[in-house]
Amino acid sequence: MSATRRVNLVAIAVLLCSMAGAMASLFVIDHQRSNSAAQEALYLRSSKVLRRLSLGYTGLLADIYWTRAVQYFGEQHHSGSGDFRLLAPLLEVTTELDPKLLPAYQFGANFLAPKPPSGAGLPGAALALMQYGIEHNPDQWRLYYNLGFLYYTELKDYAKAADAFKRGAALPVTNEFMPILAARMAQHAGEFDTARMLWVTTYQSTKEARIRQNAVEHLLALQVDEEVTQLERVVEKYRDQSGRLPTSMSDLERAGFIRGTPTDPKGYRYHLMADGRIEVQHPEQIYFITKGLPPGAEPPQPPREPQAAAKADSK
Amino acid sequence: MNSRIVCIAFNTFREAVRDRVLYNLIAFAVLLSGASILVGEISIDIERLVVVNLGLTAVSLFGVVIAIFIGIGLVSKEIERRTLYTVLSRPVRRWEFVVGKFFGLTGTLVVNTFFMALGVFLALLYVAHKFEKMDVWVLAALYFIVLQFLIVCALALFFSSFSTPLMSAVFTFALFVIGSLADDLRGFARITHGAGGWLATAIAYLVPNFSALNVINLVAHGGPVPGSLILYNTLYALLYSAMAVSGAVLIFQRRNLK
Amino acid sequence: MAAIEILDLEKSYLVGFWRKRPRLALRPLRLTIEEGEVFGFLGPNGAGKTTTLKLLMGLVFPTAGTARLLGCAMDDPRVKSQIGFLPEQPYFYDHLSARELLNYYAQLSGVPAKGRSARVEQMLARVGLSDSAGMQLRKFSKGMLQRVGLAQAILHDPKLVFLDEPMSGLDPMGRREVRDLIQQLRSEGKTVFFSTHILSDAEALCDRVGVIHQGELRGVGAVAELTSGKQGKVEIVFYAPEQKVPLALTGLGAEARISGDMVNAVLPEAQQEAALDVLRRERIKLISLTPVRSSLEEYYIQKLRPSPDATEAGREEADRKGAGA
Repeated sequence: MSATRRVNLVAIAVLLCSMAGAMASLFVIDHQRSNSAAQEALYLRSSKVLRRLSLGYTGLLADIYWTRAVQYFGEQHHSGSGDFRLLAPLLEVTTELDPKLLPAYQFGANFLAPKPPSGAGLPGAALALMQYGIEHNPDQWRLYYNLGFLYYTELKDYAKAADAFKRGAALPVTNEFMPILAARMAQHAGEFDTARMLWVTTYQSTKEARIRQNAVEHLLALQVDEEVTQLERVVEKYRDQSGRLPTSMSDLERAGFIRGTPTDPKGYRYHLMADGRIEVQHPEQIYFITKGLPPGAEPPQPPREPQAAAKADSK
Repeated sequence: MNSRIVCIAFNTFREAVRDRVLYNLIAFAVLLSGASILVGEISIDIERLVVVNLGLTAVSLFGVVIAIFIGIGLVSKEIERRTLYTVLSRPVRRWEFVVGKFFGLTGTLVVNTFFMALGVFLALLYVAHKFEKMDVWVLAALYFIVLQFLIVCALALFFSSFSTPLMSAVFTFALFVIGSLADDLRGFARITHGAGGWLATAIAYLVPNFSALNVINLVAHGGPVPGSLILYNTLYALLYSAMAVSGAVLIFQRRNLK
Repeated sequence: MAAIEILDLEKSYLVGFWRKRPRLALRPLRLTIEEGEVFGFLGPNGAGKTTTLKLLMGLVFPTAGTARLLGCAMDDPRVKSQIGFLPEQPYFYDHLSARELLNYYAQLSGVPAKGRSARVEQMLARVGLSDSAGMQLRKFSKGMLQRVGLAQAILHDPKLVFLDEPMSGLDPMGRREVRDLIQQLRSEGKTVFFSTHILSDAEALCDRVGVIHQGELRGVGAVAELTSGKQGKVEIVFYAPEQKVPLALTGLGAEARISGDMVNAVLPEAQQEAALDVLRRERIKLISLTPVRSSLEEYYIQKLRPSPDATEAGREEADRKGAGA
């Protein structure tokens, strides 16, 4: 074998081995420092510094930070740690770099305020973000919608919610639901129809898979809450008429109050408890419900199981 | 190590020194001392932060620029000036020449970085009046920067082995920028599915990962650098450079020196 | 053992950007050079001399064929320490001084550390650069660089020395020194292979010459044979205001050319005395008599001519030499 050939063979061997080794060590590094890109937001909170650093390419940098925010949320959700500390700074940096990046505000409205593990539990940060967004984009109805939505769902401040929807409804370009929502806030705050309309609007006004999934889950929860409320009213009526509580669903059926055995959206029968309350069989499968739970139970939250998130991503 | 490689490496180093490459140290010193004096005057509490951030960023950028500008000419300049003819007609194998050039350039950068590091620590001492425990991590960040240089040198050498100096500079600089955003690229790959995802993953793993080697922000805030990161980053940088250098050898082995 | 054995070495380059076509730089070349020989490789610029040398040095790779240097395959790294090479118009690391450069090359050639610097000083003296040895090469003139080039080629006492156009860019004094140096190498028993397009250098120095043109070896011959007396002629210039050439002179086989009131006549060397007698008899005033020793030039011109016969003859001759060696 000639000297040249030998050198070539050695070089090829070194090339392949070192390539494999480099990839392997990169893989290890990658797993050790997940979210490392997002960590930067901890240090670079000043938009002024960032603007300088970006050398004028703020748009690109904003896009990078927006990608980081979405990815960070996805990863933390996936791991189930419920730790979303960096979400607020990431969204703040993103919107400071590019104040017109609307999806970032919508993301913030949906995931900054709710309590962990479905959100960062920072309603104040969410409100500040919305107000900052409205300041820079006063003609975008979506931002007023998000603000009203926050007041309604998280802060239960129906007067402020009505005000936000009203301002949004007055814009030249708006959504048909906005005036209706504004009106309903005043009169029917807390009713299922109003809440349903809100979540449907949220669902329709976004393409972001994670926000849509969240809206669907809330709509299911609303249905359960509504059905449980109705069933409990039926139980009331039965007691009024017969002077005693029904012992089973068939009591109610015989009395002609209901037809068949009612089931929840997941297909499980509602249980009639001895004290007349209605409970769902599997509360862990329907998130965010406030009714149909054992006394004193917290509303169930989305699980740490990543299936839903992964599916939502692929869309 | 083989004496011819040492000899070529030393000559490369000597050439860089005599071509006044180390003059960049003056610019660096001016920048750093100016910044530390200014920062001492106007801001409270963040002097250390600014000095570490600015100092390390300057070390990294100065070094990368030097690595690219010398690296791209390492082979092509020797072919153009035909200085290579009298080297390769001696008992010097082509791979020895490439490897010697690589060590010469990295040696130059190590010396350069050593002086810059001294400057950074002097500036730190000036603004903080004393060293703190967490300053050790600045040393780790400097070490990572040297690892970055290894990769940049190897890449510049690789491109220089078959391309013109201008194109080599463009390729190397582009890879440096992409590599600095490697984390985002991998993040993007992770949330992309199908063929696009595979492609993005492959690219994300093939481009040099400079972002894992950049801990400037972390150490500026006094954060510790995990030992395992030091270990795996070292491994990664050595292997990645070995890959690029052996690629350069393979190409250079076949090259006709017209 | 032959010092250089070139076995059908061939090189073609691909030219063109889109549709690459091969361009022949060197047709299959077969040539053998004995140890201790000084061989001149003659040809016009672009004939393929440098390509041949680069192939032998392993700087470019042959399309086909091979060569053996000092009995070893040409890409054998061991043989490289026995070879010295001076490229055409050499250019060296101009950040180094002549002394540093030679030290660097001595290290690369494996000259032992002990005695290395003595060897370097000796070489500097030999090419007359002792005084400027500490100066950076960027301040050197072309002629001085050529001297450095020669020094680096013989620095490690190689058995086989390749010189590409060693006299180019030198003043008459420098050329003389290079000639002396090659003579010295010959007397030391080295084999010297040098390319040139200056015939007088080849004639003065070489044992044999090869003529190459358009990538093809047109002929190889021993200089002594080519310039031997038999083929020698003399040129007589005389004053002839009547512009007439004496008949007796043409009878001696002279080829005469009249220019102004002078006549230029070339005739065989053997007829020199007879011709002078004629001039004396006719009372013609002789201006000059010079032996014509340019038979190498004639040989060269003849080989460059594109006539197919000459090419054939050249090939046969090359083959004969190759086989005979």
